[in-house]
Amino acid sequence: MQVKVNEQNYTVDTNESVGSVRDRIKADADLLIVNGFPAQAETLLNNGDQVVLIRRGEIPGADELDALLTARHTPGVHEVVKQSTIGIAGVGGLGSAIAIALARTGIGHLIIADFDVVEPSNLNRQQYFIDQIGLPKVYALRDTLARINPHVRVTACHLRLTPANIDEVFGHALILAEAFDLAEQKVMLIETFAARFPDRPIVTGSGMAGYGPANTVQSQQVASNLYICGDGSTAAAPGTGLMAPRVGVAAHHQANAILRLLLGENPVSEKE
Amino acid sequence: MEIIFNGKPRELQQSINIQEFLDQLQLDCLQIVVEHNRNIISRQRLTDTILSHGDTLEVIHFVGGG
Repeated sequence: MQVKVNEQNYTVDTNESVGSVRDRIKADADLLIVNGFPAQAETLLNNGDQVVLIRRGEIPGADELDALLTARHTPGVHEVVKQSTIGIAGVGGLGSAIAIALARTGIGHLIIADFDVVEPSNLNRQQYFIDQIGLPKVYALRDTLARINPHVRVTACHLRLTPANIDEVFGHALILAEAFDLAEQKVMLIETFAARFPDRPIVTGSGMAGYGPANTVQSQQVASNLYICGDGSTAAAPGTGLMAPRVGVAAHHQANAILRLLLGENPVSEKE
Repeated sequence: MEIIFNGKPRELQQSINIQEFLDQLQLDCLQIVVEHNRNIISRQRLTDTILSHGDTLEVIHFVGGG
């Protein structure tokens, strides 16, 4: 009969125990999971069971993680995303969440750029930890991404992005995520990148402050290579602060738009 | 002549460049991205791009927060 062990198909004997399968496939595993629940070694397997064999504390190798993502994301998808390079300009509330979503998706190479350091006030929405206060955000984020998937290559640029360095920093990025805070900086980045790389998509965020309905945050295409995620109007202002839920919604709109672009799909609708 | 500005027809009395058009509308150029015929145009080129009949012009406002 057929079972899945760590996302791979295996033929096992009828009524073979999970402990016997463990001994054959991963003898040092000390945690056995069958169909989502911890199991004893003597538990008998049934056709179609999903088995996960874990050695606690062991970090899976690049090949093993690759196989897991291939199985989860279907082979065609994983092949595309793992060969992709994505740029993220600014790693505050939007950029840090975009980077984490893309790293979990298995993007091969992320270029992250920001001049800022982690401040206590950032922790209300940005993907940093209290023990990272004072660190440059790009280095703190690189550490976090390595804890999620050490096989994602991260180029961390601790610098202020200007019209003079944007083309160099993001020269290898197929798609650029704009994740700045100030409107003027968003405009500067979009103009500079679009002028230098007119054929490469930019996915930008505008309007995600406050706690208005999440459903007003949308993805829109506004030019041949420019996509905007947000409600388009709610600026960060006194009384309308930036908060984790809505900033997260906008960031994940951006991450999903990027994934759809990589896979040749229209980011804003099912049909072209 | 007529252009399409933010999706709607708009009559222009004379031939003007994009910067002059934006000035008439008193738009703050620092917070907008301008698209001319679906392509993003940088601010340095706003003055040397003359609007022609049938052109489309889109102005996208950006707001702060991220």
